[in-house]
Amino acid sequence: MVDEGLKIELGKQGVFVTTIEELYNWGRRNSIWPMQFGLACCAIEMIATTMARYDLARFGAEVFRPSPRQADLMIISGTVTKKMAPQVVRLYNQMAEPRYVIAMGACAISGGPFKQGYNVLKGIDRYIPVDVHIPGCPPRPEALIQAFIALQEKIDGQHLTGEGRPRHLDAEAQGEFPVPEQGEHDLEPTSNKGVWPIPVVIR
Amino acid sequence: MASNPYFSLAVLFLAALGFGLAPLALAWLWARVFSPAKPNEIKNSIYECGLESKGDAWVQFRSAYYLYAIIFLIFDVEAVFLLPFAVAFTGLGAAACAAMLVFVLMLIEGLAWAWAKGILTWA
Repeated sequence: MVDEGLKIELGKQGVFVTTIEELYNWGRRNSIWPMQFGLACCAIEMIATTMARYDLARFGAEVFRPSPRQADLMIISGTVTKKMAPQVVRLYNQMAEPRYVIAMGACAISGGPFKQGYNVLKGIDRYIPVDVHIPGCPPRPEALIQAFIALQEKIDGQHLTGEGRPRHLDAEAQGEFPVPEQGEHDLEPTSNKGVWPIPVVIR
Repeated sequence: MASNPYFSLAVLFLAALGFGLAPLALAWLWARVFSPAKPNEIKNSIYECGLESKGDAWVQFRSAYYLYAIIFLIFDVEAVFLLPFAVAFTGLGAAACAAMLVFVLMLIEGLAWAWAKGILTWA
């Protein structure tokens, strides 16, 4: 690792130093291709974010891919119903590593205003690991852009080796997330314990 | 060798080859060293917009359907011929009308033949 102060000092002299890790993360964070995939009204805000006024292209993420094979990021934009949840989880499984998830809006992170509904999943993080949660109903495009920046910062802080390295660089880390099935009354299983430990209610 | 007039071309060719192959080799090396492949059954399954795919992706269609295609094409082209005929209808002589009728009758005869042969029955 190059000392941060030394790096700035060298930069003033016109010498640019970097590490493979930095170069790799720089490339990754500036080319996050989302999957073309909208679930509900939040998707309208997501579309607005990509258009000229908010211009997601500034962050290198304007290339919405119609196939999970080419996508890096899944934006869960809207209510995930229990009918839709298996499809969402299967799509996430079909994405190539490294892959990220932004849960956009109140519904995607918790069920939102439809939380009491019998057919609404209470947050997609019950089945797949979510990197950034954005509250809002729906979140404004600025909020989605902030989620992008947060994700970029997260990618920037990842190391190639060591304990805290991301899942796609770890041969041991699991790459498969079980797809829930429609049970008699609910999805089975109701959550993925490895991703979402059932919270303990303290009374 | 360096005196050969094509020597510089050969150098440029090698450089161009390296320019193309080096990123590929680097990507391959990177995947080998850092990024282990973790295939699984769901990941390798056919992409069907998230739904479970049923059956094989290599669906075959009966080759006998080419007859429908040919009959469709014939009547499609006939419509193209009928349009100028209809536009110029008022100024046409009896001979031109008869020639057009013969043309249409020939096509109708063909259709009658196909019908009699049982080609129009969807099998």
